[in-house]
Amino acid sequence: MSYITSYAHIKNNQVSVNGTIVFASDKTASLSEFLSAAYKFLGISYPKFHKMDAQCKLGFLCTEFALKDSDFLISNDLSKIGIILSNSASSLETDRQHQLSISDKSNYFPSPAVFVYTLPNIVIGEIAIRHKITGENAFFVSEKLDAELLDNYTRILMNAATEAVIEGWTEVDRSHYEAFIFLVETQENRNKSSIFKPLKQSNILELYNQTTWTH
Amino acid sequence: MDALIEKLKTQIIEQLNLAEVKPEDIQPDAPLFGEGLGLDSIDALELIVLLEKHYGIKIEDPKDGKTIFQSIRTMAEYIKAQGKA
Repeated sequence: MSYITSYAHIKNNQVSVNGTIVFASDKTASLSEFLSAAYKFLGISYPKFHKMDAQCKLGFLCTEFALKDSDFLISNDLSKIGIILSNSASSLETDRQHQLSISDKSNYFPSPAVFVYTLPNIVIGEIAIRHKITGENAFFVSEKLDAELLDNYTRILMNAATEAVIEGWTEVDRSHYEAFIFLVETQENRNKSSIFKPLKQSNILELYNQTTWTH
Repeated sequence: MDALIEKLKTQIIEQLNLAEVKPEDIQPDAPLFGEGLGLDSIDALELIVLLEKHYGIKIEDPKDGKTIFQSIRTMAEYIKAQGKA
């Protein structure tokens, strides 16, 4: 049996961990300003963060918040942790940036650092590199958070060599953004977890809708 | 040369998104890759773009980058040698 043991949710310039808002910035702050403020709030030093595109920053931060007070990385074999993420806009926001840099033939300076983020699954790589996670991974594009898909795919992975999964949704499309990341583990970690919900679609959706946002 | 070195420091910080690095943290003779600033292969490509965008210098043979991008000083010397400073 697998359980959701921690989760984080970011939207509306706020960060919620296990249903409680732990960080909020001015609601008029831009996404870039909000992400920088949330990074400083976390108190970590990871210079590569500043090189990431917005979607990677968002997914990276949401994962950091979900892991912050969890034993997840200690309790599980890093080679058996999977990462399954999803969104609806793929890497469209960064694709637009890249397209802009190549649209004017007289000012044609495509940025290699932007181009490397023109795939949605790069965020999985950033999370894996940060924590030296080497398990299975997948990125799905769906219209909205597809709890059934995540639930089913997690079960498939965990029926094989995967023992734990970082999964959820990380989306940036123009001014709209949202990330929802939850950790799935087996029963052995029960006493270390602040929440403990059996992995099933209804519980994924319940946690997704649990936070009361203040703005 | 000193003015060009200072200008390059600012341009590199901006181009490579080195948000946690200040110009005074960069030693002109410190290696840009490996130790020193710890830049990676994508940063190397960004430096090539930087030279072309800001100084009109096109590096035709990527192998030359190894010499040119040893440090901020070697970059500045190369720009000056090209008559673009």
